[in-house]
Amino acid sequence: MDNEVLIEVSHLSRFYPGKHGIEERHDHIVAVDNISFTLQRGEILGFLGPNGAGKSTTMKMLTGNLAPSEGRIKIGRFDLMDDPVAAKALVGYLPDTPPLYRELTVDEYLFYCARLNRVARKDLKRAVQHSKERCGLTEHGKRVINNLSKGYQQRVGIAQAIIHAPDIVILDEPTVGLDPIQMIEIRKLIRELGENHSVMLSSHILPEIQTVCDNVQIINQGRLVFNAPIEQLNQQMNTQILRMRCSKTVDPKQLEKLDGIQAIEQDGESWLIEGRTESADNVPDIVRATNNPPNNTVQLSQQLVELSCQNHWGLYELSPVRRSLEDIFMSLTCTEPELTELSNENKGTEQETMKEAGHD
Amino acid sequence: MIKTIALRELKSLFLSPLAWTMLAITQFILCYQFLAQLETYLQIQAKLSVLENSPGITDLVIAPLLGGAAIVLLLIIPLLTMRSISEEQKNQTLPLLFSAPVSMSQIILGKYLGILGFLLILIAMISLMPLSLLLGASIDLGQMSAAVLGLCLIVAAFTAAGIYISTLTRQPAIAAVGSFGLLLFLWIINWAGTGADTGIEGQNILAWFSLLNHFEPLLKGVFSTADVVYYLLFIWLFLVMSIRRLDRLRLPH
Repeated sequence: MDNEVLIEVSHLSRFYPGKHGIEERHDHIVAVDNISFTLQRGEILGFLGPNGAGKSTTMKMLTGNLAPSEGRIKIGRFDLMDDPVAAKALVGYLPDTPPLYRELTVDEYLFYCARLNRVARKDLKRAVQHSKERCGLTEHGKRVINNLSKGYQQRVGIAQAIIHAPDIVILDEPTVGLDPIQMIEIRKLIRELGENHSVMLSSHILPEIQTVCDNVQIINQGRLVFNAPIEQLNQQMNTQILRMRCSKTVDPKQLEKLDGIQAIEQDGESWLIEGRTESADNVPDIVRATNNPPNNTVQLSQQLVELSCQNHWGLYELSPVRRSLEDIFMSLTCTEPELTELSNENKGTEQETMKEAGHD
Repeated sequence: MIKTIALRELKSLFLSPLAWTMLAITQFILCYQFLAQLETYLQIQAKLSVLENSPGITDLVIAPLLGGAAIVLLLIIPLLTMRSISEEQKNQTLPLLFSAPVSMSQIILGKYLGILGFLLILIAMISLMPLSLLLGASIDLGQMSAAVLGLCLIVAAFTAAGIYISTLTRQPAIAAVGSFGLLLFLWIINWAGTGADTGIEGQNILAWFSLLNHFEPLLKGVFSTADVVYYLLFIWLFLVMSIRRLDRLRLPH
């Protein structure tokens, strides 16, 4: 039961014809390029990517709003092409723009959505009530949707997606345009949804995916470039670098004597000490580095503390440097040649700034 | 499912001032026409009674009234149907229908019947005017029901065409102008060649396509299956084209 596959996507592609029309294959604008993945029951899957990466297009195809150019989509037991009505009954969808009839009140709208999604007449009231409670709309049932704030309209959109208690909830950028408090509430809601539904949400906000999702997929230019549990993404944030701050002068020569040191750099008041990784390759090839090398920063930090005590450096801060998610995101979504160039450039500029700092 | 969509459509119409304005203005215009026609009839009634086989009140008041209603509805139906699909596309609410377990034909039929429901209310209100004559005069109920049926059919045909045009564009205004143009063209399509008897073969075919040519016999109380079938085919054709068009919205384009 736990491993029940709810969505199975295989070799999904979507092209838009270029200027030579639909027949000319090489001329196609590719929005989604040969994507395959599965979504299991109880899983919260994050879909990350820059604007125009194909997130929305993929989600539209999964919900039957766009026909795929190639590939199959299986929802539960049903093929979305062959048996669309049965497949769609299992899915709740919030598009990037919530599909709201603004002239209706929240209650009227939700009742309509419930009927559309074949909620039995006797369960209607309960379904609407339940969905409103979950999205914090209980007080707003009688209000006209047009008069609600954007955040509440977004909530109505989510309420609409979960009204028929679907197995799969697909949310396209659910927290866009919300204030931070609402964002936190919506994330909490998504977490709750993940307990008895499968949720797939797209976002370009990394911390959001990080707090909410079990698994993460990163998509760029229509291709899936990363597909792994969130822990792996977190692991990727770890570096071998320690940041040390001392109140007295540090002798770099003493530092160099330590075991397992790759590089030492001074960054203003603090020292950056990079431990040696197992792999000899210096360039952080992140896609390959999903199998992170064993972390030797623990050992290194112990040595640093001892050294500081012996030499009376007055150590007052020692912390591991974490790569920001943005860095990972950038390096994953840049195409590979660009990636190496970028990292080299970064190194160069860093060193330059360090030199300048040193002269001062 | 069709019922759910139809009722929503009907409800949304009544929530907007547009529907109420249309009801009011149509009623006002037709009422004015009705009273003017009635007055003329009362003036010539004495002369008519001398003639044998003279046209009665049904011919002189009711038939022109329902004919006029058809023209007024030709003008306003595009404004009703323009909203159906175009506006959903523009407001991006179509995903709600597309991702719900509903088929394309259910969506189109729901929308169609919703608008048709509104128009039937409108026709019922129009019909009340001639029926009020029953208080003081005798009218040919057979002819009148044929005429009302004709009006219903022509309105149903207008609506089907309007919905089809509405699936073609995201701009409600373009949908309105487009449907109006199409309907007016189908109304006057028989003009070609009717003035002079040119003996061209195509002339009869063009005349057969005219919406008006099938409506006039019904107004006169002549019920012919061919006319009814014409309207039913017309409605079927445009609804099928709308369903196919809606389906195509999801394909690469």
